[in-house]
Amino acid sequence: MNERLFGIHGAALTLRSARMGVIASNIANAATPGYKARDIDFNAALDARLAAGRGMAASDPRAGMVWRRPTMPALDGNTVELAREQVAFAENAVAYSATLSFVQGKVNTITRALKGE
Amino acid sequence: MPERAPTTLFAMTTRAMSAQMVRMNAATSNLANAGSVASSETEAYRPIRAVFATELDRASGLAGVAATGLVRTETAPTRRHDPAHPLADKDGYVFEAPVDETAEMIEIMDSARQYQNLVQALQTAKQLMLETLRSE
Repeated sequence: MNERLFGIHGAALTLRSARMGVIASNIANAATPGYKARDIDFNAALDARLAAGRGMAASDPRAGMVWRRPTMPALDGNTVELAREQVAFAENAVAYSATLSFVQGKVNTITRALKGE
Repeated sequence: MPERAPTTLFAMTTRAMSAQMVRMNAATSNLANAGSVASSETEAYRPIRAVFATELDRASGLAGVAATGLVRTETAPTRRHDPAHPLADKDGYVFEAPVDETAEMIEIMDSARQYQNLVQALQTAKQLMLETLRSE
């Protein structure tokens, strides 16, 4: 039902929110020795989620999770690069906003149809 | 681990900010004690460092950070010959705290930058959450 109403945007919004958490975790751990930065490969994760929604594959919450490859590895084993995380966070926030406006548009359309205006 | 509420983005950022505060306070204490002298090697001030550890919340997939403790560094105090000093030992030596002021300043700057980053990320996340809430 969810997928029929919102198309891919429902799943996309959930994923964008999850990715925001993952990148925020990287930013929080910028000074933790040995911490390996992670990210969500959005395309792969969305494909997996849509396939799970159609009942084609079991839902795997870790689908699309990738380790960040550092440009220059640090001596303490930490692979967080603050500038890259900032850019990724900003990009993800913009994409979240875009997806949210699609969902809002859909909701508005349905509401108007229901009210018969 | 004690039972606590599920980790949210807010809780995670709060804990990370506290960890950065601990780190900044440790560096500040080191700076404050730079140049302090003692009459024996064991009494001399040793710089302290915060120890960070990741805490992974499996339910939400968020990885927070916490300062799990403070350690004293093993650097040996600097021995200086100063017989006129009131704290000098019988051979006329005083032991000075081995604080590297430049390193401590960099530690504070690094910590401040990461703190700022956390606040900014939280602000953006909060704004997006509010937008989602307000949508009808």
